[in-house]
Amino acid sequence: VSILIDESTTFIVQGITGREAVNLTRECLDYGRGAAIVGGVTPGRLGRDVHGVPVFDTVLQAVEHHGAPIDGSVVTVPPAFTKDAVMEALAGGIKLIVIVTERIPRGDVAQMIEYASECGARIIGPNCLGIIVPDVIKMGGIGGPAKDAAKSYTPGPVGVISRSGGMTTEMSSTLTAAGLGQSTAVSIGGDAIIGSSYAELMPLFEADGRTRAIVIYTEPGGRMEAELARYVTASSSRLPIVAFMAGRFMDEMPGMSFGHAGTIVEGKEDTASEKIARLAEARIAVAEEISEIPALVRHATGGAL
Amino acid sequence: VRFFEFESRAIVAKVGIPVAKHGFAATAEEARRIAEEIAGPVVIKSQVLTGGRMKAGGVRFADDPDSAARDAEHILNLEISGHLPRGVLVDSRAEVAHEYYAGVVWDGLRKRPVMLFSDMGGIDIEQVAEEHPDHVVRAHFSTLRPFEDWRAKQLIASLGISGSRLNRLTPIVARLARLFLRFDMTLAEVNPLGELADGSFLALDAHMEMENEARPRQHDLLHELGVGDEETRQAREPTPFELAGEQVDAQDHRGVAGNVTEFDGDLGLVIGAGGGSLTLFDAVRAHGGRPANYCEIGGNPSVRKACGLAKLVLSKPGVDKIAVMMSIVSNTRVDIVARGVIKACLELGYDPAERIAIFRIPGAWEEEGFKILDRYGVEYADRSVSLHEAARRAVLKIQGPGPA
Repeated sequence: VSILIDESTTFIVQGITGREAVNLTRECLDYGRGAAIVGGVTPGRLGRDVHGVPVFDTVLQAVEHHGAPIDGSVVTVPPAFTKDAVMEALAGGIKLIVIVTERIPRGDVAQMIEYASECGARIIGPNCLGIIVPDVIKMGGIGGPAKDAAKSYTPGPVGVISRSGGMTTEMSSTLTAAGLGQSTAVSIGGDAIIGSSYAELMPLFEADGRTRAIVIYTEPGGRMEAELARYVTASSSRLPIVAFMAGRFMDEMPGMSFGHAGTIVEGKEDTASEKIARLAEARIAVAEEISEIPALVRHATGGAL
Repeated sequence: VRFFEFESRAIVAKVGIPVAKHGFAATAEEARRIAEEIAGPVVIKSQVLTGGRMKAGGVRFADDPDSAARDAEHILNLEISGHLPRGVLVDSRAEVAHEYYAGVVWDGLRKRPVMLFSDMGGIDIEQVAEEHPDHVVRAHFSTLRPFEDWRAKQLIASLGISGSRLNRLTPIVARLARLFLRFDMTLAEVNPLGELADGSFLALDAHMEMENEARPRQHDLLHELGVGDEETRQAREPTPFELAGEQVDAQDHRGVAGNVTEFDGDLGLVIGAGGGSLTLFDAVRAHGGRPANYCEIGGNPSVRKACGLAKLVLSKPGVDKIAVMMSIVSNTRVDIVARGVIKACLELGYDPAERIAIFRIPGAWEEEGFKILDRYGVEYADRSVSLHEAARRAVLKIQGPGPA
């Protein structure tokens, strides 16, 4: 009934004593059925607690204290320390890492992803807000405080994948208002290299019986949309996709980056207009405005929703 | 960070890739001295960050020091796409027998660096890839393990290159790959990589770009090259308005209220966050609006920063009103942004109700925010009003109802 996480998911927060991390921990504990945050890690802060969550110096201590493998980690430490934190989590047997931190150099991101794949683990982000299964669990700052997240997200049949954290909530709120709930919403991050792309998450949604349509938020820069178009064409996916493309104005401004580190028009393949053409060829409906998305979802599913 | 050619040469030389005899000159006299040292025919090349310098006349060939100085004088005063050069590169003219290409870039899909090599150098690699795909070879490599020379050798050999050529090219390509990782480059290119009549190889031109995010840890290299912390090295130089935006954002470390880009319209934008700004900028234009600027707010900035950004935009010549709009916020507080933009109006002696075309920020602390806006009679909207509808209302306020 969801992808990546469910009510039984256990996770830790690395960098838990930072200001944003303290808020994020509160939000996740309060949301849905209450996340099982089994520990936090901040070096030198062993023995403290954050909203009742015990703080450790190392990931290993957290795992030993829990007495069983831990499923996930939300990493929110400064960019210079993120790589080490993620490597530590991976070495500690954690299989799902949500990296909130932004401004991490690509060389570090590539190393984390390469090691994750050797460990059979998955990275979401960097520069993302995490994952939410409406009314059940959220892992990361996505949707904000529990009462705000509850306004935007409701359970239902639509899977959401977005390169923008804020727009994940904006689109989900629009779907909710139109009576279309979400199975899982994933903020995948706005950087040029990220752990999980649209095409890499599609098989998970494919395998989730509750998900019946996908909504994505896309931007100029990179080739992830072309990859998705190829996936859809080659896999005969059962899931219709509706896309929204922001940053169309950037086509006139090659070489400049707006909004996220990953949005920069460098070649002719990564412009908004080129991506829209690619998506359309793969029969992915592209909305002109966010408010059109619910009707396009209903149309794409033949009125079944 | 985009590097000038003379800086790229220095980076390449630093890791032991042979480069042609050359020097950087900021004056015609320096150019003469370098030409004297080279003691042979030289090329004078304009040092600008924009392309198309050959077409613009920014490259000249000189046979002796006197003409080198004359050519340098000319090029130093030649604007290319609105940019005066940083200086000129005085380069020796090598007798080149054949030109190759070697480059390294990131592959965002494979999430690894990829090296490219071609035996058709001197032209744009994308053009070669399109017209002569059998003359370009590629190989991805690990970022976890140290780069090993055999990977470069295997790549070059796959083009059918053997003999001493292969053995001389291998360390050059391997050093380029290592340089790419060591200095956090997003592009490291030697093109052309020249083979001389005696069988030796020289980097005749190099093109390097470093990731902005890596600036702090690459400080030593940047310092060595003389790249100042204040130099943005973006696709175009920032305008005074944009620099003022950076100052607003740098006031404190809480959140973002900046990333300002100047446009020439009449509707000031105070918008966010990342994806929301992209969506809203498109939305304003889709409804016929003319934005005066792009910007981003997010991560819960202070009242002071929100106020500073709004003041900056409101003070821009030609701006009559601002639209304050964001996608639903969960971290940034609605009331703090409301306070900031109202404070900006009041401090400039404006009526907030008149200057704020619309305020559309739903989410965290919205009740508190809307209460403040009510008090000043500012039109606001919650999440039931879409981003595009909010943009439409803002455009309508500034342009009045259209003819139709």
